[in-house]
Order: sequence, then structure tokens, then C-alpha cells
Amino acid sequence: MLALQLLPLALLGAVLGLDVVSFPQAMISRPIAAATLAGALVGKPAQGLLAGAMLELFALETLPFGASRYPEWGSGSVVGGALFAIQPNATAGALTFAVCASLITGYAGSWSMVLHRKLIARLAGRMRDALAAGSCDAVTSLQLSGLTSDLLRGGALTWISLLILVPLSQATLAHWSASAELSRAVVVIAAGAVSGGAIWKIVHNTKGAPWFLLGGALIGTFLLVVT
Amino acid sequence: MSVTAPQLPFSTRAAMFLRLLAVQGAWNYETLMGNGIAFAVEPALRLLPGGKNGEAYRAAMARQAAYFNANPYLAGIAVGALANAELTGQDPDRIERFHTACCSPLGSVGDRLVWAGWLPACSLMALAAFGLGMRPAGVVLLFLGSYNAGTMSLRYWGLRVGYRDGLGVASALGVPLLRRGPAQVARLTALLAGIAIPLAVRGVVGPARGVLELVFAGAAVGAVTLARLHGRVEGWRLAVAGLALFILLSVVR
Repeated sequence: MLALQLLPLALLGAVLGLDVVSFPQAMISRPIAAATLAGALVGKPAQGLLAGAMLELFALETLPFGASRYPEWGSGSVVGGALFAIQPNATAGALTFAVCASLITGYAGSWSMVLHRKLIARLAGRMRDALAAGSCDAVTSLQLSGLTSDLLRGGALTWISLLILVPLSQATLAHWSASAELSRAVVVIAAGAVSGGAIWKIVHNTKGAPWFLLGGALIGTFLLVVT
Repeated sequence: MSVTAPQLPFSTRAAMFLRLLAVQGAWNYETLMGNGIAFAVEPALRLLPGGKNGEAYRAAMARQAAYFNANPYLAGIAVGALANAELTGQDPDRIERFHTACCSPLGSVGDRLVWAGWLPACSLMALAAFGLGMRPAGVVLLFLGSYNAGTMSLRYWGLRVGYRDGLGVASALGVPLLRRGPAQVARLTALLAGIAIPLAVRGVVGPARGVLELVFAGAAVGAVTLARLHGRVEGWRLAVAGLALFILLSVVR
């Protein structure tokens, strides 16, 4: 029953997993969009957005340069957004568990992307003669194989992760002992620290940028007071 | 004598642009995005003498499917330039040299402009909107709208300039957008980060005094520590370990 209920989320994970690298890289797969869409699919877009905002802070550290290894945020964010959205908003530990599960799924997604790239390389190896002869069919076939297998990769990863993590989340939260306030504070501190470190890494080499950061912090503080 | 590249029909330009969106569709550790480049250039190559599957067409396809790597949002420059070079009958050796030589600049400029600049800037703008209480649909539309307005324009511009300038497109990399853009976007990102991160943190924690101050202090100490460890550890990996430990303790206590 659960397996069938999770199919729409798996389909979303498939499409967003494809967006990460293969097509169209419109960044629908970034956590702030992906987790919100997952939350909307569960009927709670605001909770999806809250989880997405947390994950987006982590995602600032993992920029997808070339062949570097980074969490696959498309499937990971669907898992995180859905896990948080299926719980009542004030459930102690729900955000902590959802964020941690999302990061682990993203890591598994990164590993699945490596396997996917090796699979395409193997297919390209089999088509080497046709590609060297300039065959349009070989080029198109390799492209479509890559796109299709990436779609399936993202869908399978999301579906399997949710099949494991939905019951695990319910079991974990049923035995949760820390207060809701502390649980949320822990995950926000982690996200804030990671994003702060990431921003410094991005901007510290640019002339004048640290002053812009300081100016932004002053505006941010002012907005915190007046809003 | 220089030969002018033919005006491409609208359907060819549209097909090249759409295929450019899937330029990394067959990304692999052997040829990286080489197959995607051939896939994106292919509609233009049908205009070669002999048409699709003619001798010139097949030779060009074989050249384009070789190893290639660049930032995907600037790959359009290469796709346009290579289409121009093939259709104007440039020396194959020269085309292959260009194919190899443009990887590095298109990679480094694009990575700094988009991955380290525009993406975090748009992400922070959306986080600030979230922190100020914007509705979910508004936050998502703001993020996707701003990011894609920038990157789709960049892709379209790259394809157009690449096809117009052909193998002489290197000068396009000297335009102010690509030369000074990364530094300007980095400053914008810094400004937005200072505004957005505190607002986003409050958006999740809520306005409760005491807790919010504690969270800000903890996050600041963590950020400084991670910045000082620059390059030696990834914060998100540490966070996974810390959160997993916290979850375990919360359940077994």
C-alpha cells in the first residue's frame, strides 16, 4: 500500500533527479524548490518550504562544479520535504530527522550518479566504432539512454529511500525524547554554520566582498528588528 | 578568403537551443559532455553538402562527439562556434584544436559566473523572501524565475555569439559580463548572504527571544570554525554525523 502511495513522490524525484545534471538544469532540483514541491504533493507546501529552506542552507556549500562529488539534491530534497510534510508541523524531531534523512539520500544520490556515469561510459565504449564513424543514430541513442537511465535512477532512489525512511521516521519520532525547541535549534545551528562557512569560501577572495557581507548583515539585523 | 556562415532557419536554431538544455544528458567519465555537444550541433550539420548522413556530415559528427568539457550554461558558445566552423568548411585540424582549447576558459568563467555566483545569489534571494514570510509559491517562483532568466539568457546569448563569430569567438569571453561579472555577482552574493541567512534562520526557529540568540551564536561559531578549516572538511558531512548522533541520543534516552 505504502509503495503505491509513494509513486507520485517517486515520479517527482525522477523528474527532479534528471534536472540536477541531465535535463534541463533549471534548478527545480534545488532544495528550496524541490522540497516545497514535495510538500505540496503531500498537501503541505509551507512545511515543504521550511524543510527546503533548511536544506538550501546546506546546499550553498555544495556547488556542482564539473565532475566534483556533491549530494544529489533533487531526490534528496523530495525525500526531506515529504518526510517533514507528512508530520504535524510541531512534532518534536520531525525537521531534524527529515534534514538528516535528506542529506543521507543526497549522498546516496551522489554515489548513484557515479554509477550512472560509469554506465554511460560503458555504453559509449560499446558504440565507439559507430561514434567514430559519425553516426547520428549512435549519438542520439547514447543521449536518450543517458537521459532515460538518469530519470529511472532518480525515481528509484526516491522511491526506495521513502519506502525505508517513512516507517523509520514514524518509529523514531514515536520514541523521541528531546524537546521540539532543542531539536529544531540543533538542525538550524548546523545549517547556519554550514551556510556561513560556505559563503565565506565563495566571497572571501573577491575584493570588497567581505564589506558587502558585513553591510548585508547590518541590513539583515535591521530587518530582524523591524519585521 | 573568409566564408560567411549561412543564416540558420528558425527551426534549426530552436532545435539547437532545446538540445543545449540536454547537453549533459550523456555525461560520462570517458568523453564528459562530448556526446551532448554533437547532439546539440547536429541540426546545423544537416545543412552540410550531402545533407544528413553525407560524408561531410559524418566527419563533422565524429569530430564533435569527441571529449569535451565546459560549464553547461556557456557550452552554447562552443556549440554555435563549432556549427559555424563546420558550415564554413574550416580546416578539420583547426576545428579540433578549437574543440580542445575552448574547454578550459568556458569551464572556469562559467563556473565562477553561474555556480559560484548566480546560483547562490538567487538561492539567497529566495531564502530572504522565505524569511520575510513570502508564500511557498512566491518563493519558488522568485527563485526559478530569477535563476532561469539569467541562465536561459546566457545560453541564448552564447549560442548566438558563438555562431556569429565562429572560431574567433574567444573575443566574446572578454565582454564585461564575463570579465567583471563573476566579481560583481560575488559582491551581490555577499550582500544577500548577510541579509538572507539571519532571516531564514528566524523563519525556521521563530521569533522566541533567547532561543534565537543562542542559535545565532552557535551558527556563528560553527561558521567561523568551518571557514578556518577551509578545504579540509565539508560542513555538510560533519552535520550529517552530528545530526545522526543527536537523533540516536534523542531516541535511546
